[in-house]
Amino acid sequence: MTRYVDTLLQILRHDPKSSYDVVIVGGGGHGLSTAYYLATRHGITNVAVLEADYIASGNTGRNTTIIRANYGIPEAVRFYQHSLEMYQGLEEETGAAILHQTRGIFWIAHTETSMRTERARAAMNTACGARTVMVSPAELKELVPQVDLTGGGRYPVLGASHHLEGATARHDRVAWAYASGASQRGVHVLEHTPVTGLLRDGDRVVGVETPRGPIAAGVVLSAVGGRVTAMAAHAGVRLPVRTHPLHAFVTNNYEQGLGAIVASTELSCYVSQTERGQMLIGAEFDAQPSYSRQSSFAALRSYSYKITRILPFLRDLRILRTWAGICDISADFSPIMGATGVDGFLITTGWGTWGFKAIPAGGEGMAELIATGRPPALIAPFGLDRFRRDHVLADQGSAGTR
Amino acid sequence: MLWLSCPNCGRRPIDEFTFGGERRSVPDSIVDPDERDFDEVWNFENPDGETTERWFHTYGCRRWVTIRRDTSTDTVLEVLA
Repeated sequence: MTRYVDTLLQILRHDPKSSYDVVIVGGGGHGLSTAYYLATRHGITNVAVLEADYIASGNTGRNTTIIRANYGIPEAVRFYQHSLEMYQGLEEETGAAILHQTRGIFWIAHTETSMRTERARAAMNTACGARTVMVSPAELKELVPQVDLTGGGRYPVLGASHHLEGATARHDRVAWAYASGASQRGVHVLEHTPVTGLLRDGDRVVGVETPRGPIAAGVVLSAVGGRVTAMAAHAGVRLPVRTHPLHAFVTNNYEQGLGAIVASTELSCYVSQTERGQMLIGAEFDAQPSYSRQSSFAALRSYSYKITRILPFLRDLRILRTWAGICDISADFSPIMGATGVDGFLITTGWGTWGFKAIPAGGEGMAELIATGRPPALIAPFGLDRFRRDHVLADQGSAGTR
Repeated sequence: MLWLSCPNCGRRPIDEFTFGGERRSVPDSIVDPDERDFDEVWNFENPDGETTERWFHTYGCRRWVTIRRDTSTDTVLEVLA
């Protein structure tokens, strides 16, 4: 605990300067990791991260902390596998305890259609460097004895893909690890500093407006979560992004323990056990766009129904705590990273439901783009211009949340 | 948002309906025809506030419903038709 508090105290408090080389809007995982890698890999430290509330108060602190690379398209598998590997070395790199734990993820299939999807996923993962294999129902039962292979009589288990390197980590510790690492190298991490507008010079973005005064910037990066549409509109940029709420909840302690992460393709829900022993359950985002972070009874009811089909022991637990986050979901269900067509204004968005696992690789890629002016190969396919080039990266099935 | 009043079927649980997307027009500020096509196909207004949108009553009368909704609170303001 003392070590954790020490980590927290390592963010230095500053008043904003009148100008920075780089201003990052949004003090979540992606904004902070970009700042960290700018400082550590490129020696760029005249950087400010502006957070409207407190660090990781948005989706970084609201997600279900799952790290995986079992996506369905090559671009995504390579990118997320790199991120997964960066997570494995993150404690060593930052010196902060992020409670990283490799657990393995099972994606259970209940129909022939989803068995085909899972087989294709395993083959694609293997081809692109991620470790995913198929397991039979008997093997699944051996590895996760709690699973009901009849699926409550309605969703029989036909098999599952097993993503061996799937992992979890404490989300707020990841954010603080990056924040303190960046802060120690001279980056200004400014909490409670909302950005209310962008400063323009002709077509160019040259800074941000805040209640603490205008701040000039060589480059402005929007690492904003759910409210990205309004941020981009300040620069005259329109986005193929909609904002949907995603709910999650935790139950009381489950003493027997569930080592693996379990998800279902058809039911689109997933469960893992937190390091405190609580069962953490999430599912698909709400169908209709909304900025409401109110947990809804309908979502809890639907998630509970789904997850108890495959893990009946959850019926005996109680829901302790519920919350929701507002996810920026792109039109092709892949993230958007890079240039916007407006000089001086970059963007990293579309992270709704798959952002946490991408924090290291997303930040590393954006930092290299800012430092060199060129997107590295891993993030280049994810540019906003892909929609104009008809190179959309449709990967809805891998969101885990249809 | 738990319920929606269908003009044909009355007050029904929201689970019966399928979200059909916001009803929007391309802004007049976009002049180039190709740009207008692009905007119409890909971009969303995604407002934090009032929006007009279409819902389909999948497990009911199988007719489209147009509503006004406040996305900041996720509440229905008015059922138009």
